[in-house]
Amino acid sequence: MRTHVARTAALAAAALLALGACASDNGGGGGGGATAGDFPEGSTMARLAEAGAVKVGTKFDQPLFGLVGPDGVPEGFDVEIAKIIASELGIGEDGITWEETVSAVREDAIANGTVDFVVATYTINDTRKEKISFAGPYYVAGQALLTLKENTDIQGVDDIAGKKICTVSGSTPEQNLLENYPEAEVVPFAAYSDCLEPLRNNQVDAISTDNVILAGFAAENDDLEVRGDQFTDEPYGIGLAKDDTDFRNFINDVLEKAYEDGRWAEAWEKTAGTVLPTPEPPAVDRY
Amino acid sequence: MSSVLYDAPGPVARRRELWGSVIGTLVILGALFLAARYAAGRGVFQADRWDVLWDPPKGQSAGAVWRSILVNGLGATLRAAAIAAPLALVLGLLLAVWRRAANAVVRAPAIAVVELFRGLPVLVVMFFGWVGFGMKPMQAVIFGLVLYNMAIIAEILRAGLAALPRGQAEASLAIGMTRWQTLRTVELPQAVRTMTPSLVAQLVVLLKDSSLGFIIGYPELLRAIQNNTQYFGQKYSVALFAVGALVYLAINISLSRLAVRLQRRGSKRTAGAIDGQRAAAELPAGAVVLDPAAGRDRMGP
Amino acid sequence: MDIFVDNLPAYWSGFRVTLLLTLYSGAASLVVGAVLAAFRVAPLRPLRIFATTYVEVFRNTPLTLVFFGMVLVAPQFGIIPPLGFWTAVLCLTLYTSAFVSEALRSGINSVGVGQAEAARAIGLTFGQSLTLVILPQAVRTVIPPLINVIIALAKNTSVAAGFATVELLASGRRLTQAYPGEGMLIFAGVAAFYLLFTIPAGLLATSIEKKVAFAR
Repeated sequence: MRTHVARTAALAAAALLALGACASDNGGGGGGGATAGDFPEGSTMARLAEAGAVKVGTKFDQPLFGLVGPDGVPEGFDVEIAKIIASELGIGEDGITWEETVSAVREDAIANGTVDFVVATYTINDTRKEKISFAGPYYVAGQALLTLKENTDIQGVDDIAGKKICTVSGSTPEQNLLENYPEAEVVPFAAYSDCLEPLRNNQVDAISTDNVILAGFAAENDDLEVRGDQFTDEPYGIGLAKDDTDFRNFINDVLEKAYEDGRWAEAWEKTAGTVLPTPEPPAVDRY
Repeated sequence: MSSVLYDAPGPVARRRELWGSVIGTLVILGALFLAARYAAGRGVFQADRWDVLWDPPKGQSAGAVWRSILVNGLGATLRAAAIAAPLALVLGLLLAVWRRAANAVVRAPAIAVVELFRGLPVLVVMFFGWVGFGMKPMQAVIFGLVLYNMAIIAEILRAGLAALPRGQAEASLAIGMTRWQTLRTVELPQAVRTMTPSLVAQLVVLLKDSSLGFIIGYPELLRAIQNNTQYFGQKYSVALFAVGALVYLAINISLSRLAVRLQRRGSKRTAGAIDGQRAAAELPAGAVVLDPAAGRDRMGP
Repeated sequence: MDIFVDNLPAYWSGFRVTLLLTLYSGAASLVVGAVLAAFRVAPLRPLRIFATTYVEVFRNTPLTLVFFGMVLVAPQFGIIPPLGFWTAVLCLTLYTSAFVSEALRSGINSVGVGQAEAARAIGLTFGQSLTLVILPQAVRTVIPPLINVIIALAKNTSVAAGFATVELLASGRRLTQAYPGEGMLIFAGVAAFYLLFTIPAGLLATSIEKKVAFAR
């Protein structure tokens, strides 16, 4: 009898714990000049500005774009872009809750509301546009190759036939290699950083993903270098809910503003610009 | 250590044993020494490859590094296990009860659910939740852990109930208790008490399985190690891995010892096993048939 | 449903790799596990210590950690296995042999003590007692737990998906990239293939268990 009651109490406690753990944090608002009144009523912007909090999905393991240190706060170009958008909503840095959205779950995270938008080296493509919509692009990357400096066999994508190329399981670069370069042998891992050690030990010949991610690795490791030109175009966009045209237009406006007033360039120079030259901002695609 | 398999050693055998021990120890130590020398040649033991633990670069404090590993990483591991364990226990209990129901409409789905989740790898169930239902990594990890372990716990409790002397149920029914009352007040308490060591052992496996979150991006202990390695540089990988491995070993071994102690408190004294050693924590002699969860379900990654 | 049928070759090739991993790792684990079990009951103390340490370490380490160590840390110590399939076989063998040895040891212990005493009494040596008297009897009790260990091994091969091996789970993951948003359907297919192996094997284990169970 006693154990029965105790067990029910434990179940209730566990359920409460689970609910508490799954609920997202709402940080305090602050910063920025905009208020809820500046936005059309009922729009996402008004809702977020009023709440003073926004949930942003980003990568936690991409150097230069979204990399999290031991303190748990991510830094990088994607992070800076997200901060610019948030500030235009009147939300300061403390109002942003960062969620790690790895490649496989970005669409679902937007669809079920886990995040309000995603800035996570997110390539715009038509298949994804069926589930979510994109603002931007805010940067155009391209798939490239990273090898050991001393390995001269691979100078570009034409040399990869018969070679072992490391990439992340279930990612766009992996799919691109499988579809367009079937003579290369694809070696998939769970994360790009898992590829570094096998590269050093010559267990794989090269790592292939977007050139900016590779540049980040090359910057951190002297024995690696990016080879050849990019052989695809990967426009990075900001992922958001599919039918939220108002929000999409708003973000596009923010991006264009940031191009003009130098905030975009400043964000670049603070992060990826430490390793890569500052490019021209790409034109946003309003579709 | 004496055993029934061989006589107590006499002087000749003792000398042979001594030589064997010396040679065996030398071989093992020699192999370790060679590995260590190779590693030292590659610079693994240089202080600057370990200083991430007490004086990390990039302006971070050692406290932040240790906090990210022990508090955030290990905390996430323990949090997932702490949430999944009670849920799995309760659901497993329900499944075990339903599995014994007289009504086939209740019994058949319960059996199906148990067999389904016993047959699937935990990682696949986690992926199902993560990609299929779009759950966040933490929810997907808990989803996988709960669904898998509830099936195992249901099986453990079923074995416990089956092992009870039939007289218990018969006596309760004879004095007029309903089947539900019998189950609740007589059978389940005894079954749970008998199977506590198995249940604790299964919870240890649950804790180990939380490390699968590494593959789906849940920031548990292994991910914390990986993130730190990426943030500070690959040269710290050995140091950080060593820390992670030690933490896992420490926690799991202490929990296993707890299970052994619980089991020894419950089991009767026997004549001793053939090999003269303590029986394995999860596979005591004779319980092979009794405990269906031994082996197949206890081996989780 | 169409996704499933159209991509049957992808599923099948992944399933094949899973089966091969199970086969090779299983065979190797049985051998290594038997050796470890023999070490654990051997007269030589260093062998006993080595085997006990090995088993305790690998039973208390998550398999993910073993893979992580083998792929990302062992190369620093000069151990560079061929990436992918054979690394997975190595990791799975190291891990599973600990469980095999425990199953075998419990099987040895399940044989009545009187058997071993009688074998000593008629003068058989350690090796002879083990091979002629104990092990043949232990085999009966040991088969169901060993089948269970193999089933668990088949399920554990899924961990290799995170480490350069394209087995069933990794194939499923590739498909979700090609068909975004159809994750549930694709992983239902993955699950079906795993069940194809584990459920029949489980039934086999239960039926053998019932046949060998006898009152002691």
